[in-house]
Amino acid sequence: MLAFVVLLACALPFAAQADEAELAKERKALLAELQRDAAATASSTGRSRFSAGVMAAIESVPRERFVPSRLVDAAYENRPLPIGHGQTISQPYIVALMTELLEVDRDDVVLEVGTGSGYQAAVLAKLVSRVKTIEIIRPLGESAAKRLRQLGYENVEVKLADGYYGWPEHAPFDGILVTAAGTSIPPPLVKQLKPGGRMVIPVGAPFQAQDLILVTKDAAGKVSTTSVLPVAFVPLTGKR
Amino acid sequence: MARSERMMLAAAIGLLAGAALAYQVLLFRLLAIIQWQPFAATIISLALLGHGAAGTFLALAGPRLLPRFHAVFALSAALFGAAVPLCWSIAQRLPFNGLELVWNPAQLGWLAGLFLLLALPFFFAACCFGLAFMHARERIASLYAADLLGAGIGAGLATGMLFLLPAVEALRVAAIVGAMAACLVPARSGLRLALPALAAAVALSLPQAWLAPRITEFKGLPRILAIHGSEIVGEHSSAYGLLTLVRNDSIPFRHAPGRGPAAIEEVPEQIAVFTDGDGMSAITVWDGRRESLAFLDETTSALPYRLLERPRVVLLGTGGGGGVLQALYHDARAIRAVDPHPTMLALARARIPDARIRWHHGEGRAFVRTDGHDYDLVQISPLDPYGGSGAGAQGIAESHAFTVEALDDYYARLAPGGLIAVTRAAEQPPRQAIKLFATAVEMLKKRGLGPRDRLVLIRGWQTATLLVKRGVLTAADIASVRRFCEERGFDAAWLPGIDPAEVNRHHRVPRPWMHEAATALLGDDAGRFLESYKFSVDPATDDRPYFFHSFRWSLLPELAALRGQGGLTLLDSGYLVLVGTIAVAAMLSLALILAPLSALGRPPAGGARLWPAIYFLCLGLGFLFVEIACMQRYGLFIGYPLFATVAVIAGFLVFAGAGSLAASRFRGRGKSLGWIVAGIAALLAIQVLALPPPHEAVESTSGRIAMTLMLVAPLAFLMGMPFPIGLSRLAAEAPAFIPWAWGINGCASVLAALVAALLAIHVGFNVVLLLAAALYVVAAIAWYLP
Repeated sequence: MLAFVVLLACALPFAAQADEAELAKERKALLAELQRDAAATASSTGRSRFSAGVMAAIESVPRERFVPSRLVDAAYENRPLPIGHGQTISQPYIVALMTELLEVDRDDVVLEVGTGSGYQAAVLAKLVSRVKTIEIIRPLGESAAKRLRQLGYENVEVKLADGYYGWPEHAPFDGILVTAAGTSIPPPLVKQLKPGGRMVIPVGAPFQAQDLILVTKDAAGKVSTTSVLPVAFVPLTGKR
Repeated sequence: MARSERMMLAAAIGLLAGAALAYQVLLFRLLAIIQWQPFAATIISLALLGHGAAGTFLALAGPRLLPRFHAVFALSAALFGAAVPLCWSIAQRLPFNGLELVWNPAQLGWLAGLFLLLALPFFFAACCFGLAFMHARERIASLYAADLLGAGIGAGLATGMLFLLPAVEALRVAAIVGAMAACLVPARSGLRLALPALAAAVALSLPQAWLAPRITEFKGLPRILAIHGSEIVGEHSSAYGLLTLVRNDSIPFRHAPGRGPAAIEEVPEQIAVFTDGDGMSAITVWDGRRESLAFLDETTSALPYRLLERPRVVLLGTGGGGGVLQALYHDARAIRAVDPHPTMLALARARIPDARIRWHHGEGRAFVRTDGHDYDLVQISPLDPYGGSGAGAQGIAESHAFTVEALDDYYARLAPGGLIAVTRAAEQPPRQAIKLFATAVEMLKKRGLGPRDRLVLIRGWQTATLLVKRGVLTAADIASVRRFCEERGFDAAWLPGIDPAEVNRHHRVPRPWMHEAATALLGDDAGRFLESYKFSVDPATDDRPYFFHSFRWSLLPELAALRGQGGLTLLDSGYLVLVGTIAVAAMLSLALILAPLSALGRPPAGGARLWPAIYFLCLGLGFLFVEIACMQRYGLFIGYPLFATVAVIAGFLVFAGAGSLAASRFRGRGKSLGWIVAGIAALLAIQVLALPPPHEAVESTSGRIAMTLMLVAPLAFLMGMPFPIGLSRLAAEAPAFIPWAWGINGCASVLAALVAALLAIHVGFNVVLLLAAALYVVAAIAWYLP
């Protein structure tokens, strides 16, 4: 009996290591898939590869900690997953593309509207100096704040509030990511975007292809929008 | 069998048929609330295979059950009653998420679980019908008549109940009524009374919380309710749908689709309105000050007001009243607001008191055909849901508001210089806006008018607005459009004299596909463009009223290869779900039809398996083809699709029931069948060529409903005859095959409903009717097979 307990005690860490090794393998495979998707969609996104920084950030964030426990096995599949309250954790490819579109620098301060599980904020936290993130659904915001704290993302601050008004105390922001824009681009957010800053708004129902709206503000404060289609799809055949 | 027993059995069949059809109607309503419509249609279609499964079951086990007919009948009826609420309660707890299907095929397992559970009540009811046909085979025609009459009445009553009771309470009623059928058969009193009492107790005792619809968390309503401060302040349930009103005093909804990036105006307080838990629209709480409506001048749908001075406006589909407020903001001289949903209309009306507005309950299309007034602006639901939710789930939904003929009706009501304005979603890549433009081009060409100088199409980041002018657009009009786009941050996709440099400036897209499409559609190679665009954007017509359908098969491999980027979600899920359902239903039907054959052996007459197989298959397909095509066609005539659906279903079933009763006179007479089928074919030809009459031919809605019933009565009467005639022949030649034939007919009916929709998308409802005529002819040929 004692031998069995000792054997079990020895085996357990190996099992954990095996799980970790398996996750690392899945993570690598996912990164390769993301780069393939980036190459395939270069004509519409303007990016043939995701930058090393974005890839490193995605590699370093344990996505399995941001999905419900029953979905851990699917954490590194390139698809959106439900996280409760009718919300999803975005597809890793979309996370990578949105992060890339923000074109952030190490010293930047970024605002995220719609924290969800906190995964996107964690990815951004690896790339910028500070991430301010706002969640409107209380249970999601509270669990995301706790999770980010436990995982040591000290440069992320979560606030429970209506993201429409942004976070004026920390404005202006170098980049803003709005995952819950509603039917218009909130004017307070436009105001809180630095001249030269970039705002990304994914548009689409849960589990749907996300049309990414890139809002840019030039040095004179003039705002323009661009639609970035994340699918390598051209609606016209070559027959014309 | 004694006369009184025969009467009681017929009454029991009628009662149960009514309850089963009510269950079908109510289940569809409830599934549409908890899921999206295409999934609801799929689940219910497959669940209806419970009829076919019962046929197979009885073909195998019927001879052993028949000696205990009364007891088995009573037990099955009671099981139906108990299963209706229980299965519903369990089924809606399964974690099925239709939106996840393209990402996670494991969801198919939950879908199968759903339809198997919901099929059980149909199975028990159909066991009663099949056993009764076997038990009283000399009275098949009258029993079948009772079945049809009961179902017809059940359809009408179930719809009526939806106006009086919440759908789940109506479900309890249907369950109890079905179980009561057990009381009418002369089983031992213990069975006859105890079983239905037990079933009724189950139906009544299930707590409300177990039955109340549990809306999928990915619909708009649960998502809004998850936000702190949101509370439901009203709920209105009817056959039109479940309307839920939500208020949030701390976090405003700010619902105003179509505003540009330059929008700065605050949106006033709003009450969110959800239909069946989704498709949010908003009732703006207006303080009476014009300035507080300024946000409505920031949407693409405000464009027509830049070209018109104090217009007379008719708004088709008012929803929460956003379009009405937009017209008031722009100082419209007179406003007619039309909406088919009476509760929605009343809600908007109560909050927008203004003497300039006349409110009308009805379908917009029917209204403009009979109203008689001319308007400066005909505008279609500018600020209501754009169908973005539910994964393109609208793809197989019919809409008679955006067809070539509909635009022609609107155009006919325009005063000189007047405008039609339609606002739709501006998806990437664009579909709806291009289809709308193609439809408008077709309408103008049919009128012999040049479309180039009469059309304007602009787009924002969410919406596109099309204008069609009665008359040629002037230089001042064009300048106004340009100014509006410049101020609001929109791009022109088409206007006379458009400069390619102005088509992709404010909201930049990978390529100006909308402009390219408009240019191609106005040029000489419009046909080639329609062929080469990867989505189907051909103009919608009344015969093929599928405005939201854009699926092409050639898309599937390409988008499947782009699955990792979310490519599959660009597809019309509604269409794919329909095709998938047909495939599954066909396979299951085949299995159900073939399974009992070896056990049944060959009938004594020898070789007689072929004629009943073809005969009952064709009848099942043909009957439903006609019913479904007529529902659509008479929807336009009556003006209220809901009334048309109920009138056509109930009318067909009741008159077919009468035909079935009359058929007892023709029993076994092959010559009569030939004449009957000839009559059906002739009446179908008349339906295609001359019916229904135009909407304005009859003045009142009740008159139009009565006319519909009169026009379908002779057809339905004849269509009710072949089935009992066939069963009677089978009863004489090979009685063991009766439940098998019944099952074939059940499977065919399920397939027919699905295939009719698929055919209508591709070839139109007229062809569906002609195919139905052909199916009846084939059935007649099968009858005469050696």
